[in-house]
Amino acid sequence: MSAVEPPPAAAGGTGAGSEPPPGAGGPGPRALARQRRRRAAAAFWRAYAANPAGVAGLAGLLLFILVALSAPLFVDTADLSVTRAPGSPYQPPSAEYPLGTDNFGRSVLDLVVWGSRVSLTVGFLATLVSVALGALIGVVAGHFGGWTGTVLMRVTDWFLVLPTLVLAIALATVLDRSVFTVILAIGITAWPTTARLVRAQTLAVEARPYIERARALGGGHWHIMGRHVLPNVMPLVLAQTTLMVASSIIAESTLAFLGLGDPTTISWGGILQDARNAGAVSSGVWWYLLPPGLAIALVALAFTLCGRALEGVLNPRLRERR
Amino acid sequence: MNYLEVQDLTVSYRTAAGELPAVRGVDLAVAPGSKVGIAGESGCGKSTVALALLRLLPASARMGGRILLDGEDVLTMRWGRLRAVRWAGASIVFQGAMHSLNAVHRIGDQIAEPILLHENATPAAAARRAGELLEQVGLPARRAAAYPHELSGGQRQRVMIAMALACGPRLIVADEPTTALDVMIQAQILRLIDQLVGEHGISMLMISHDLSVLADTCDRLAVMYAGRVVEEGPADQVFRSARHPYGAALGAAFPTIGDPASRRSPRGLPGDPPDPAAMPAGCAFGPRCPVAEPRCAETDPVLWPAGPDRAAACVRVLSDEQARGAGVPAGGAAPAEQVAAHPEKEGRTP
Repeated sequence: MSAVEPPPAAAGGTGAGSEPPPGAGGPGPRALARQRRRRAAAAFWRAYAANPAGVAGLAGLLLFILVALSAPLFVDTADLSVTRAPGSPYQPPSAEYPLGTDNFGRSVLDLVVWGSRVSLTVGFLATLVSVALGALIGVVAGHFGGWTGTVLMRVTDWFLVLPTLVLAIALATVLDRSVFTVILAIGITAWPTTARLVRAQTLAVEARPYIERARALGGGHWHIMGRHVLPNVMPLVLAQTTLMVASSIIAESTLAFLGLGDPTTISWGGILQDARNAGAVSSGVWWYLLPPGLAIALVALAFTLCGRALEGVLNPRLRERR
Repeated sequence: MNYLEVQDLTVSYRTAAGELPAVRGVDLAVAPGSKVGIAGESGCGKSTVALALLRLLPASARMGGRILLDGEDVLTMRWGRLRAVRWAGASIVFQGAMHSLNAVHRIGDQIAEPILLHENATPAAAARRAGELLEQVGLPARRAAAYPHELSGGQRQRVMIAMALACGPRLIVADEPTTALDVMIQAQILRLIDQLVGEHGISMLMISHDLSVLADTCDRLAVMYAGRVVEEGPADQVFRSARHPYGAALGAAFPTIGDPASRRSPRGLPGDPPDPAAMPAGCAFGPRCPVAEPRCAETDPVLWPAGPDRAAACVRVLSDEQARGAGVPAGGAAPAEQVAAHPEKEGRTP
């Protein structure tokens, strides 16, 4: 008789009441979990949004990423060619070229927009390399302690006292010229601070009773490090990552400015080097120098603001102090 | 044969101040299916014994003696074998369930953790088994998706018990399983442990400072003081009529409900256990003993038969038994020498 309209709720009065269908009455366990996750995310966002500098940093960051991703839509790569540049050299900013042209007649705006792609890519990848390396060494050193930990920490100290830039320059000189080399050079020189940070947190986590429980139930070293220590160290690593990206971008620009980057790609540091080589400093072509320099400073600032805000949210002790 | 047999276990910690003995020669035996309790105040070495059973002590600890688990010596086991024995051969219910659960993982995943580590189970099968285990300890299987902070203290301890049962161990070591719980929940948890251990035929070694809890749950009881067992015997006898003055003081520390006199004059034990770095000469309990005699400062007594199936480490027990003429070796020598010459484990049949 109810074959015409078989909604699950109408099937049986009491039976449906004990196990409500998802969406009707009480939500199912999965919907509950989703709700909870949404609430947690909302709470996280509220805490983050309470920091105006963090919001500004995030907005700036999103703008830069958006521009970098959509660059092919409004920059014609043919316009970036040195031999077939669209304008004449050293034109000051005008309606046609908002940021003027360089010594070949290329639009500086196009160069800066295109350069953001390499700068951001290298910044992110180099950070990934250095943070992954630092987290691995930090967790291993903190977990094993004893001889292993001591040796690893002494190696870390050695890298820490070595001037990062000098080491990166040495590496970039020895290896082939490519974007990959720059990423590697920055990644290998920037990991020690992360390693120290992660090791300290690992020591704190390893002292907790659930680590003893994990050992008691037969967990091996990798099991304990991967399943119990790493998830608890992760928030710290995340905050460190955002702070690290800023310094990686600056390091990339520095290497490119010193002529150690890939000469065939356009990056902010590379534009600055071209400007210096072309004598932009002495001839007063400020529009060639200023935009890439400001872009580097702004992106680094945006990442740092985000990192600080994230750190404040993840570390309640910092939040109280504000 | 005993499932667990601890023979002359010694544990000392290497510190800046030198070697500190935490356990000074402990013998224990747990027969299959039996429940043994270890009692003693903080710092007497009872938790050190529990952790030593699975070699979980920090690297600064040095162990001696033998720990035979199903006939195999834990102290000489290779690392791989040790990992296999941990949890599958003997599991632990830790004190403070709040901190023994990792806050970032769901409890179902944490119960499944030992199953995945020890058995070739698929994640789905392990999750199913975790649900069954939760049902066994009186929690609905759907709570497997909960995080530790969503559970109450009693529920968390139930999760720890479910975890201890996960790999079907033959021995469960319960290290103060009810310390952080209120009295009602404590009773529930103890009943649950008792019931599960009985149903599965698991042996249990329970550690607590609460003699009444142990007397209620266990078959046999060992009282530890300053790293040694000072009294051992059937649980209710040790609780009601301890032969060692320390055991007697522990038993008397509980007020008798309905007896106003015991409430008005609580009989505590003044003083603290001795500093392991500076053990007193003679009996370690001597300085706090209400019935100490001059000879106690000279003689370091070892476990001595103190009645049927019982033993106590006290010179007074020794002379009482001698007066009764039970099991006395060739007389005439000084008590200290007799004590030293006497085999320690006599008079203790599991």
